[in-house]
Amino acid sequence: MSELHTVNKSPYEKNSFDSCIGYAQAGSAVLLFEDGVYAAMSGGATEAKVKAAEGVKFYALGPDMKARGLSVDRVIEGVEIVDYAGFVDLAAEHSKVVSWV
Amino acid sequence: MKFSIQINEGPYQHQAADSAYLFTKAALEKGHEIFRVFFYHDGVGNSTRLTTPPQDDRNIVKRWAELGEQYSLDLVVCVAAAQRRGIVDDGEAQRNGKDATNIDPHFRISGLGQLIEAAVQSDRLVVFGD
Repeated sequence: MSELHTVNKSPYEKNSFDSCIGYAQAGSAVLLFEDGVYAAMSGGATEAKVKAAEGVKFYALGPDMKARGLSVDRVIEGVEIVDYAGFVDLAAEHSKVVSWV
Repeated sequence: MKFSIQINEGPYQHQAADSAYLFTKAALEKGHEIFRVFFYHDGVGNSTRLTTPPQDDRNIVKRWAELGEQYSLDLVVCVAAAQRRGIVDDGEAQRNGKDATNIDPHFRISGLGQLIEAAVQSDRLVVFGD
């Protein structure tokens, strides 16, 4: 059973990112969107956590990165950028969607 | 695939009303079915036809109404959340003795059972908001 987890809050504002990766199991995916995209940026407090989450695939919503002036060149290695259509695909591909708010 | 959407955040509050709309639109454009959109907590504010945002800003309520019209969406507003926040249709105005209504006709007020049914009937329930 693979789940899609979504995080829409900045990891510097709330602990929903930490809660999410504490729960996410290997084979699941995490989509970072809205202020959650800050967790996808390299050089921050989340980089080590993203890299340590073995078997968990990370995605970030491109339009929300662009809205915040965040460069896709600076995302943590392995994080894939998707658009809203990609978000829909991820929701469809996984057996359930868990929203961490 | 059959999706349902839950929105817990008001319009112009942060970004959830926008994210939910753009997700719903993308899902419909990909040929998925939206079984129901359920507006809960402050999300009920997305249904008032009396909003007048500046002309150069997006009109969140109108956007939902137009998408609802185009795809015959079931846009459901939680009754208890609506009563607390002053979202009123004809039935609620009559029942509670109010002198006006403000809900956009593309939305309907109903109970939490509609959310449970949406969760049961849909392949995926996606939640937006706080």
